[in-house]
Amino acid sequence: MEFSQQIAQYIITGLTIGAIYAIVAMGFNIIHNATGIVNFAQCEFISLGGMFMYSLAVLFKVNLIIAFFISMAGVALIGALIEMGPIRHARSKEIIILIFLTIGLSEILRGTAQVVWGTDNVGVPAFSGETPIHLPGGAAIVPQHIWIFAITVMVMLMLRYFFKKTLMGKAMRATAVNRRAAALAGISVNRMVLFSFAFSGALGAVAGMIIAPISSTSYDTGIMLGLKGFAAAILGGYGNFAGAILGGIILGLLESLGAGLISSQYKDAIAFFVLLLVLFLKPRGIMGYGESERV
Amino acid sequence: MLVIDGISAYYGGVRALDKISLVQEEGEILALIGGNGAGKTTLLNLISGIVKPTHGTIMFKGEDIVSFSPEKIVELGIIQVPEGRHLFGPLTVQENLEIGAYRRRRRQNKKKISDDFEHILQLFPVLGKRLKQRAETLSGGEQQMLAIGRGLMGRPLLLLLDEPSLGLAPLVMQEIISIIGRLRQEGTTILLVEQNARAALKIADRGYVLEAGKMRLQGSATDLLENVELKKAYLGNRS
Repeated sequence: MEFSQQIAQYIITGLTIGAIYAIVAMGFNIIHNATGIVNFAQCEFISLGGMFMYSLAVLFKVNLIIAFFISMAGVALIGALIEMGPIRHARSKEIIILIFLTIGLSEILRGTAQVVWGTDNVGVPAFSGETPIHLPGGAAIVPQHIWIFAITVMVMLMLRYFFKKTLMGKAMRATAVNRRAAALAGISVNRMVLFSFAFSGALGAVAGMIIAPISSTSYDTGIMLGLKGFAAAILGGYGNFAGAILGGIILGLLESLGAGLISSQYKDAIAFFVLLLVLFLKPRGIMGYGESERV
Repeated sequence: MLVIDGISAYYGGVRALDKISLVQEEGEILALIGGNGAGKTTLLNLISGIVKPTHGTIMFKGEDIVSFSPEKIVELGIIQVPEGRHLFGPLTVQENLEIGAYRRRRRQNKKKISDDFEHILQLFPVLGKRLKQRAETLSGGEQQMLAIGRGLMGRPLLLLLDEPSLGLAPLVMQEIISIIGRLRQEGTTILLVEQNARAALKIADRGYVLEAGKMRLQGSATDLLENVELKKAYLGNRS
């Protein structure tokens, strides 16, 4: 393979994985904006999405499309339950304590998943076959990559529509900016927080499901993906949606090019090194601006 | 319309209000006067359900609303325009106004809401030119107009205005005051909290004076304007 073809191949892979990081980063951002906390159970949403999909599609032979939506709804429900139970009823409302609470919840979910599914890596069928499509120039792309791009773009467009055009979406943004003023406008802050957890659950599940056919899945695949998504969110500017997309894609490209051109052993190190560098130069991330008002 | 009876509340561990009682009739403008830390804002937040009292009742149209959530209280038609405006800064002017009508999203048709939207743009023409702008880019006076406009989008039966003139240039302040007069003509009941006691009493029907969490004085606005004690403490000596 020629060098230019190789580069093209790395870029395709990088964009694919970057798209997934972007979705995960969005999940982190939505909860952060609504509550100010970092929800580490996001990692488990990813694993659960993959494992739900595996159970439905492989074990119970459910149609892939139906399995996709059931899994998404299932993980969204788990996200909602986490909020309605432990998060809402925590006696302390301090951010740092709630963050630790999400770490605990994450452990519980992962432990339960391990009991249910065991520790094996399992495969999920690709959404539409595995025959690579050859692009002009020599690079090849498997259909699942196209699915990942298409679903990511669709998710982003839907989120954009929701937050920019619907009253509910605007109310969620308003709550993120100023909780007290939102309550005075008649917005139920509790409900907005509940929605944010359900949304994040759905987003995590989507990320876990679309990557499963490429990399296989297990009860704990979400940890590394989740941490990378978290890094992408920080890289782009924590809480910023355009930043999440940018951060995800930059991280994905760096990883893929780093692994291909330098060494695959250093791929995580390269990604995190760049993350540190960006944060030294621009502590709020690439698209981060000053502290938003929180009252 | 609003009957507050023997309400006490703490704010940050300090007794902020001590057995306060207050009555407001429908269609009335009531001025609530007092210095910094007198408990005026706490009283408004009690009515809005953001702060909960230790004692006492707040009756609105014959119903005790003390245990109600803030959104339920908005639903009843009690709307607060908070001190310092508390706009949704990164959202546009139009979005801020739309969110003002959030509680009406299910019960009332879009036509009514868009009529109110037009009405508010007539009241504050400057907002009409700024609809697509982020709220945080407006000037202080424009922000206050937006805050009031957002409140009006909720169709208040009782409007709680907290220091609407705070930090505004005298000319802008005059405009806000005249808007309040116009709202009264349209039949809105208003509870007006002001440090600028003179301006408040000039448009109010009656007034209450709070001092260190206790109700010191009450009476008709004209009586209060003539009150010697009050003149010394809050009105300055301009008259």
